[in-house]
Amino acid sequence: MLTAVFWFLALLAAASGFMVFRVNSMARVTIALLVSFLAVGGLLIVLGLAYLGAVVILMMTMEMVIMLVFMIAYMTNPGGLTQMSMYHNKRASLSIAVGTFALLAAGILAVPWPRRAGQPPASPAFQLGQALMGPQMLTMVTLGFVLLATMVGAVVLATSRGRYDRFGDDLRRRSPDDPLRGGVGQ
Amino acid sequence: MSIQLFLLLAAALFAIGLYGALSQQSIVMIMMGLELMLNGVIVAAGAFWHYVAPAAPSGQLVVVVAVVAMAVEMATGFAVATAIFRARDITMSDSATDLKR
Amino acid sequence: MVTSAPLWSVLIVPVLLTAFAIMAVLGDALLAARAAGRPLLTAAAAPAAGAARLLIGQRRRTPAPDALLWRAGLWTVPAAGILAALVIPFGTVTASRMSVGVVWFNAMEVLTWAGLWLAGWGANSALSLIAGYRFVAQGLAYELPLMFALISVAAGAQSLDVADIAAAQSHLWFAVWMPAAFAAYLAGVYAFSFLGPFGAPAGHDVAGGVLAEVSGVDRLAIEAGRWLLLAAGAGMAVPLFLGGAAGPVLPAWAWSAVKTLAVLAGLTWARGRLPALRADRYAEFAWVVVLPLSVAQALVPALVDLTR
Repeated sequence: MLTAVFWFLALLAAASGFMVFRVNSMARVTIALLVSFLAVGGLLIVLGLAYLGAVVILMMTMEMVIMLVFMIAYMTNPGGLTQMSMYHNKRASLSIAVGTFALLAAGILAVPWPRRAGQPPASPAFQLGQALMGPQMLTMVTLGFVLLATMVGAVVLATSRGRYDRFGDDLRRRSPDDPLRGGVGQ
Repeated sequence: MSIQLFLLLAAALFAIGLYGALSQQSIVMIMMGLELMLNGVIVAAGAFWHYVAPAAPSGQLVVVVAVVAMAVEMATGFAVATAIFRARDITMSDSATDLKR
Repeated sequence: MVTSAPLWSVLIVPVLLTAFAIMAVLGDALLAARAAGRPLLTAAAAPAAGAARLLIGQRRRTPAPDALLWRAGLWTVPAAGILAALVIPFGTVTASRMSVGVVWFNAMEVLTWAGLWLAGWGANSALSLIAGYRFVAQGLAYELPLMFALISVAAGAQSLDVADIAAAQSHLWFAVWMPAAFAAYLAGVYAFSFLGPFGAPAGHDVAGGVLAEVSGVDRLAIEAGRWLLLAAGAGMAVPLFLGGAAGPVLPAWAWSAVKTLAVLAGLTWARGRLPALRADRYAEFAWVVVLPLSVAQALVPALVDLTR
């Protein structure tokens, strides 16, 4: 039963991943990627990682919806109503990809994987939390700082108006000159 | 349902993502390729946790780091795409040299 | 002590959820009729008549719709409600006793993001698309406070299992000493079912928004989906904030039903009293005021756990 679920989710993940680069409509492209992520989330649940599987489903749905907004905004053929071919180096990249897969598959099938060391804990979520709060606190802190830097950096990169546009040349305005006026709660 | 099958799926997702990241012209489509590659990493890390070392949290940590990397890549990628779009009104990766000063 | 029911109980969850949703719809229709001075009996029959008409009605088509994404989006809304309700304990049984029930509930209600945007996109209609984007905007505002509210109750019970959270309220309900989380949760319930103050995606000023071009059984699906989500949110509020099925005289399932109906009645009554807000009016407030408040609220159970 679990094997059948695995095969269904694995084939769904690979097939929808491939459809991402075959479909014309940008909305369908993003939904294909979302389906691939949901399949991977299901596979994580099959592997016993219930918390991480649910988190992947949760985060990837939100991320893909936000990606949809940007895809429709920036791509030239959002509705997929015309044929388009936005590739360069198609043959070279295909050969590189196939070669990479062949190399990885050869390694996967040839390497004698080690035997299982230990049993899964009663609560894998607790194991993860304990690790992040204890021995792997450095990872936690680094991830936190990276996310903060990303938030600040993304806003700085994306916005076209700076302090002087908002507060005047001498930074003396009391309320900023924004397209949507007003402060908290407007 | 063995470790080899999970890793083959991970390799397939990685290879498909690599194909996309190398062949696409538009920045957001390249990002989709990168997301698929990280998707493969997530599957591989989960499989390693389950089949090799379930008593250690390291496999789960790699999954967490991969998910955070996805979020960071998406945020920064879209910020850069927005900046390029403001400058050039189109998001082709060939115009990324515009950001060089 | 909540036990997991056998697999066929998964089929009972949609039936029970639909029963609660129908009660909410009837209550809403009766309140609206009494406020407008219309006869109550015809108002009570109107939802059933409308549903029957939609079931047998022909689908109206728009030019060049994205039919696959449109239908997928519309039907995701009721599916999200039913999937989210799988982890809600009713009395002493739950359809699926997941160790991460709270995260599963959160993940299933997030599916409405995708569902509503696709419902807006697929119709190939301008107002429908605008409404889909409206939902994404309100999603960005409500989602983080809702997630922190769920984190607060999970931290208060030191578990992500919904049954454990219900059992941890034997002394004091979480709604009493985590009121900000409760308020954020109830606002989130309105928001992910796009009803009441967060009904802008289906608002009158966009000609019905995501409901504008939908007809036939698809329309019944999405309109029922809103109320199913409201019922699921009300049902989840009981184990998370109101002590679960614990109570003195009545059996456990009766307390679950009574508390769920109380929350549902409150939400339905308040829905008619609150104006619909547009996301640009509250987005900054949500990020600058409500979100730090939710983070501070999550600190409270953490401090309580540390000092215990």
